[in-house]
Amino acid sequence: MTTTQSPVQDAVPSSSAAESHQPDDTGVRIGRDKDVELRESGLTINRARKTFRSAEGKLVHAIDDVSLNIEAGEFFVLLGPSGCGKTTLLRSIGGLETLDAGEIYLGNQRIDEMPPYERPVNTVFQSYALFPNMTVEQNIAFGLEMEKKPKDYIKRKTREMLDLVHLSEIGKRLPSQLSGGQQQRVALARSLAKSPKVLLLDESLSALDFKLRRQMQVELKRLQRETGIIFIFVTHDQEEALSMADHIAVFSKGKPEQVGTPEEIYDKPANRFVADFIGDINFLDATVHDAGSVEVEGKIFPVTQDLSEYGRGAAVSAAVRPERITLGAAKDGGLQASVETVTYMGSDIRCHVRLADGTPVQIRVNPPFDSELLTVGAKVGVTVSPDHMRVVER
Amino acid sequence: MSETSSALDGSKPPISAPSQDGGATTSRRRRTLFAASGSIKSGMLSHWYSIPAVVVGLLFTLGPICVIVAFSFMSQPDVGGGVVYKFSTNAYKKLLFTTDFLGRTSFDPRYLKVFGTSLWQALITTFICIVLSFFIALWMSLRKPSTQRLLVLLINIPFWTNLIVRTYAWMLILNENGPINGFLKFIGVGSKQLLYTSGASLIGLIFTFLPFAIMPMYSALSGFDFRLVEAAYDLGARKLTVMRRIILRAAKPGVTSAIALCFIPAFGSYVQPVLLGGGRVLMVGNLIASQFSEARNWPFGAALSTVILLITLLCGVAASIGGGKAARDAGMAV
Repeated sequence: MTTTQSPVQDAVPSSSAAESHQPDDTGVRIGRDKDVELRESGLTINRARKTFRSAEGKLVHAIDDVSLNIEAGEFFVLLGPSGCGKTTLLRSIGGLETLDAGEIYLGNQRIDEMPPYERPVNTVFQSYALFPNMTVEQNIAFGLEMEKKPKDYIKRKTREMLDLVHLSEIGKRLPSQLSGGQQQRVALARSLAKSPKVLLLDESLSALDFKLRRQMQVELKRLQRETGIIFIFVTHDQEEALSMADHIAVFSKGKPEQVGTPEEIYDKPANRFVADFIGDINFLDATVHDAGSVEVEGKIFPVTQDLSEYGRGAAVSAAVRPERITLGAAKDGGLQASVETVTYMGSDIRCHVRLADGTPVQIRVNPPFDSELLTVGAKVGVTVSPDHMRVVER
Repeated sequence: MSETSSALDGSKPPISAPSQDGGATTSRRRRTLFAASGSIKSGMLSHWYSIPAVVVGLLFTLGPICVIVAFSFMSQPDVGGGVVYKFSTNAYKKLLFTTDFLGRTSFDPRYLKVFGTSLWQALITTFICIVLSFFIALWMSLRKPSTQRLLVLLINIPFWTNLIVRTYAWMLILNENGPINGFLKFIGVGSKQLLYTSGASLIGLIFTFLPFAIMPMYSALSGFDFRLVEAAYDLGARKLTVMRRIILRAAKPGVTSAIALCFIPAFGSYVQPVLLGGGRVLMVGNLIASQFSEARNWPFGAALSTVILLITLLCGVAASIGGGKAARDAGMAV
């Protein structure tokens, strides 16, 4: 997995890409530069742009110079708040939108100029979009009929797909006679029947209830492993993203803020937006002490991150996850704080403490825990290991 | 128990309220009499209360039909209109055969031709209305909701004026000094006979029945989920396939309704052939009208009407068999 655009690297690779993006008269594929490494079967998006005019007449950069490499056989998640451009990017890959600029390659083949019906890419829609007048089997067979496959092949493939999504019993039913989860499976089977190279899933689980969604997440992951197809999954649900993805791209305002594995995204957020968007987090005001430590409330905290880009004395934020904080007695050192609320949640205990300067901090600890420290008003010490403190812009 | 408390007591059916003045036994008898089937929920009247309305409704729908069918089997008086109450099938014979002064009977296709003209004009009208309404309704259903409401209103505008007035408007448009001929003269083609042709009659029919086709077509397509089109493209369908297998399929109930709403009234239309077709187009409606007026042959007029009724009925049955539930609903509407 490589990213050609993350804010940390931004300054260097984008400028080089811009230079080499000049129109190419030599007949070599336009827009290819050293950033765009075309793989045999991966999906490459190079400097894609798409601009809309909103209802108020403002220009909205739905996709703002996005470059991504998605490797073969990967479960890739586009995560972000609504309106961040993730769905537009997905539709552009599927061919339901046309890019204003940039290219999309599947392996060595450029696909962004192909009509949707020629792309080896299929979509599972948020609304499922099953054809209401066709049975489950007919829905699944539709895409194969479009390819003019022989009848017995279509029959066999349809059976196979029904088995794959565990719906063999209800092939003769109409979509209106199915539950939401079953419709979801039919939509999946219909897209997978075409043996696409890339499967696009647009908020495909958001219409399901919590339990079913969990079940389908496991199911999707299994299908992806079994088929080896690239799955590109769009969601605004960070938990869903973390649990399914091989790699996540966190989107905001038409750009990926960070691309990485779920662990990288969660533990090493590239900036404040990513840190804030994924999970719960505390932001503590800090100043850079030297390249390897920050100062919070007069105490020096070493970090594993290289802070040389910020410069000594720069005002930053130290981002810390509630469950990564160690709570100890006040006399044992750390930031001095007093406990304000304690909530027992079963699997963990959540408490809010307030630092001496008034900053509220959430902390999560696992029960059983020293009940003397977890009483309202107790004086405690808050410590964070260097691995768990992440410095981002304030 | 006072009236107020029973009114406030929601669980008690209000039908028990008369028991206060009538006594328990009569009330129960009345209740069993009216509640012939099933129990009555509170706030609901027994369905017997609808009998007067049903009787009036039947009188105004089935009544005239019975009279027409009965008249068609009666005899023509020697002088003037009306009927003589004597059974006869002469009216039906007259449809196909003619008898000369010598009493010889021979096949007479003149009236069949009138049916043929009607059928032809109605079929063309229906076909053009269906094609136009499909594209108009498709275009309408892709507009934003506020525009859609405005367009529906615009389609209803013709209904605000009388049919005769609208047809006269076409006479003004099509006549020798009308705007179309004016334009033709201006570009040097010269004036053409537009009014009093079968084409003019057809234009009048299409103009009249187009809104009747657009409405059911629009109601079928406005509920259509256009994301299905994207899904079909995504699965490899080309434009024509999407049109045929996805959009047209969704429009199917609209098409059957539109056929019923256009073809049947167009078949028996009267105004447009007379005013726009002049003497050149004789449709069944005109023939029937003349039987009750100039020709003074009421049984024959009634027989023609009965035949139209049968044809319409057959169309309705065919539509409901062919078109499934949606078409049955449409058939009911007609």
